[in-house]
Amino acid sequence: MAFKQVTSPHAHSAQNTAKVMQLVLLATLPGLIALTWQFGWGSFINLLLASVTAVCCEAAIVKMRGRSVSFYLGDYSAVVTAVLLGLALPPLAPWWVVVVGTVFSIVVAKQLYGGLGYNPFNPAMVGYVVLLISFPIQMTTWVAPLALLPAGAVHPGLIESLQIVFAGYSPADGITGATPLDVFKHSSGLLVDQVYDREPLFNQAMFAGAGWEWVNLGFLLGGMILLSQRIFTWHGPAGMLGALALMSIIFWDSGSSSSPGSPLMHLFSGASMMGAFFILTDPVSSAVSNRGRLIFGALIGVLVYVIRAWGNYPDAMAFAVLLANFAAPFIDNYTLPRTYGHTDRRRATEKQED
Amino acid sequence: MTKTWVTPGGVHPPENKHQSLTQPIGHLPIPAKLVIPLSQHIGAPASPCVEIGQQVLKGQVIAEATGVVSIPMHAPSSGTISAIEHRPIAHPSGMLAPCIEITTDGADTWIEHQGISDYEHIAPRKLIEMVGNAGISGMGGAGFPAAVKLNPGRQRPIHTLIINATECEPYITADDSAIRERAGEIIEGIKILSAILDHPHNILIGIEDNKPEAIAALAPHVEGTGISVVDFPTKYPSGGEKQLIYILTGKELPSGKLPADLGMVCINIGTTYAIKRAVINGEPLISRVTTVTGDAVATPRNYDTLIGTPVSHLLEHNQFNEQAGGRVVMGGPMMGFTLPSADVPIVKTTNCILAPSYAEIPDDEPAQPCIRCGMCAEACPASLLPQQLFWYAQAQDHDRLEAHNLFDCIECGACSYVCPSNIPLVQYYRAAKGEIRHARDEKVKSDHARERFEFHQARIEEAEREKEAKRAARREAAQQAKASPMAANDSTAGSSAADIIAAAQARAAAKQVSPQEQRAKLERTIAATEQRLQVAEEKLAEAVASQSDKQAVFSAAVENTKQKLEQSKSKLAELAE
Repeated sequence: MAFKQVTSPHAHSAQNTAKVMQLVLLATLPGLIALTWQFGWGSFINLLLASVTAVCCEAAIVKMRGRSVSFYLGDYSAVVTAVLLGLALPPLAPWWVVVVGTVFSIVVAKQLYGGLGYNPFNPAMVGYVVLLISFPIQMTTWVAPLALLPAGAVHPGLIESLQIVFAGYSPADGITGATPLDVFKHSSGLLVDQVYDREPLFNQAMFAGAGWEWVNLGFLLGGMILLSQRIFTWHGPAGMLGALALMSIIFWDSGSSSSPGSPLMHLFSGASMMGAFFILTDPVSSAVSNRGRLIFGALIGVLVYVIRAWGNYPDAMAFAVLLANFAAPFIDNYTLPRTYGHTDRRRATEKQED
Repeated sequence: MTKTWVTPGGVHPPENKHQSLTQPIGHLPIPAKLVIPLSQHIGAPASPCVEIGQQVLKGQVIAEATGVVSIPMHAPSSGTISAIEHRPIAHPSGMLAPCIEITTDGADTWIEHQGISDYEHIAPRKLIEMVGNAGISGMGGAGFPAAVKLNPGRQRPIHTLIINATECEPYITADDSAIRERAGEIIEGIKILSAILDHPHNILIGIEDNKPEAIAALAPHVEGTGISVVDFPTKYPSGGEKQLIYILTGKELPSGKLPADLGMVCINIGTTYAIKRAVINGEPLISRVTTVTGDAVATPRNYDTLIGTPVSHLLEHNQFNEQAGGRVVMGGPMMGFTLPSADVPIVKTTNCILAPSYAEIPDDEPAQPCIRCGMCAEACPASLLPQQLFWYAQAQDHDRLEAHNLFDCIECGACSYVCPSNIPLVQYYRAAKGEIRHARDEKVKSDHARERFEFHQARIEEAEREKEAKRAARREAAQQAKASPMAANDSTAGSSAADIIAAAQARAAAKQVSPQEQRAKLERTIAATEQRLQVAEEKLAEAVASQSDKQAVFSAAVENTKQKLEQSKSKLAELAE
């Protein structure tokens, strides 16, 4: 009798890529719920629209490449990219903004580089940056958080939201507004305390910015779930949040008029938590070793702060992540772990002595 | 409790050990035929010392060790030698290897054998010899000859003896059950090892905490012996030699070194039992405990199995259901290899035959792309970056692979186990290691060829330079001749023919040497040739004496030299006339 010839190990853990991706999707739920609660249906619509577009694009490209469509769609990676992009885009953005961004993410940033596992840049952030540069008005129009809506006004309902997104209806007055980071960018001449007193975005908030603090708490919760499930290690997020906090402490400047904002405000505003736990933890485009990921995260934290404080954009997660993606292979070369039985860590570029 | 250290990485696959522990170690009927491979260990294969048709008794030597790193083979039961030929053996490649087949007579008659009881008073050298003669090689996995391991040399005194009872692979319970039933003899074996190694300070039995019965069985026997049983949390692969050394001592075995370099010896617990049987009972290693388990067999349990028993014999006696599973693994589910067929024999390193059902171990799913999630790096016990190794193995980037310490990979399979993309990572590393070794061999060869070529070039250039120098000398001579008055007269003609003649005459004049000089030169030549002849004859005599294959070369050289000598002599004679 002849038996099957298979190489060891024969046992496998039950974990697979699809399950990892599904868990990531689940972990975005707290963030999505917070976004929907604070900013209306817009993010939800973004997310669905992006997902459908992503799956179609992925299927089309995989088919063109002559691969098994069901096998490659089964890994859920396209949906993850779409969901992350959808969550990052402003709620109630026109449908074509979402579609263009998703197509760019999936087709150009991911599939043209070889598909899952081969993209040097975070696809969602590539899509985001393309949109930000191409359509700055649509990309910087944010819905006002719940607490800041004019008296009696509410966020548009689901049907109305769909009309705004797809038919180009204008949302009611007072529905859109600035973000905490925008406010700080344009508040020169005021002490931090004065900003907090005068701006409803802050005086209606608990500690960081109305609405935004909830969204960030949501993503923090999701990140903690993933961390506890060992989907990624703490190094990347800790590096990023640590560096961001450190930078904002160093340049806090006692809340003077030139202060770019408090550490709490930076940690819980904009895309900080989402970036730390869902964007820079994309393993494909990040550094590989734990030490490398710590440095990679810290680099993003520093870049985010630098661009927020002194750059032209109110938030900077996408740019910071892409710049760090560039640096990842370089970081990898110098951050090999020390192998058992070796006294020193080595460099990846080391050549064998002849 | 003794302090233990925690290794990085590791995985916790389902243990599946209880299935084979419900019954005590069993015995099987003696198979009709036993097939003993001549190479069951690391080192030189044994060389047969029996003939086909010869009657052998149980325990009789049937193949002798060849060299230091080798072990002899013994007949596991009495019978007749029925074949000495290549047979399929248990090897990942499914290759054939020389084996001795014994057709058993069922009588199981022992050869006369005798052990010693007062090993404390026997010289360690003698004890090592007994271990070596009993054909004992490491029974944990690699199969390194025990006698070699126990002889680390005087410059490396051993202060720590580590007995590996970890058995971290899922499913396998051979060591566990052996400890439960044979703890006394195992401890006796450890005492013999201690005597051989001149009583090391520390004697540690390393065992995972998932074997409480075995730990309890050892406890009464180690009391007052100075041997400590150290248990530590179960984690695969704690039983790897490097990992166990770290867990028990907190020391890392430097890359490329042996435990003896740290003053340690690491021995599998099954081997200690074999050593006890060899020294006290005088029995060679002819059987071992092997686990037969997996859902495709009806009665998973351990057997005291004769070396050479065909796997099919074990499977048949356990109602193996071929339809239930697709593979039969020798070893455990993490590092074991699949058998091409059930005709291969059990060898000294076979601790387990695993016949899993499809439900237990399904067929591999197709590999998905690596997303560098890093779960493999978290699982790696050697702190490597498996995802990077995989990347560079695909790219065949040997420099990067070596910089990432590919050769420190112990192939434990933890990375492949956790890989969510089902990538057979270990197989990539095995292939890459093979490629690099091959490339190194090739490099040695090509370096050799290059040196030879460069030497050849240098020699040709040297010869060319000499020739050029001679030509230059001749040209010089010719010009001088031309400049002489005779040549000057002729030069009025200005014809090239005249030039040529003049040049020829000049050369002749230059060549013209007095007879005395010629004689002197010839005599020198003769003297030199005679000397060469003498040397050549000596070399020929040496070559004949040592049966070298260069005989023909040297005899031709002698002939040549003789001819030259005669030529020179006859020229001299001509000159004298």
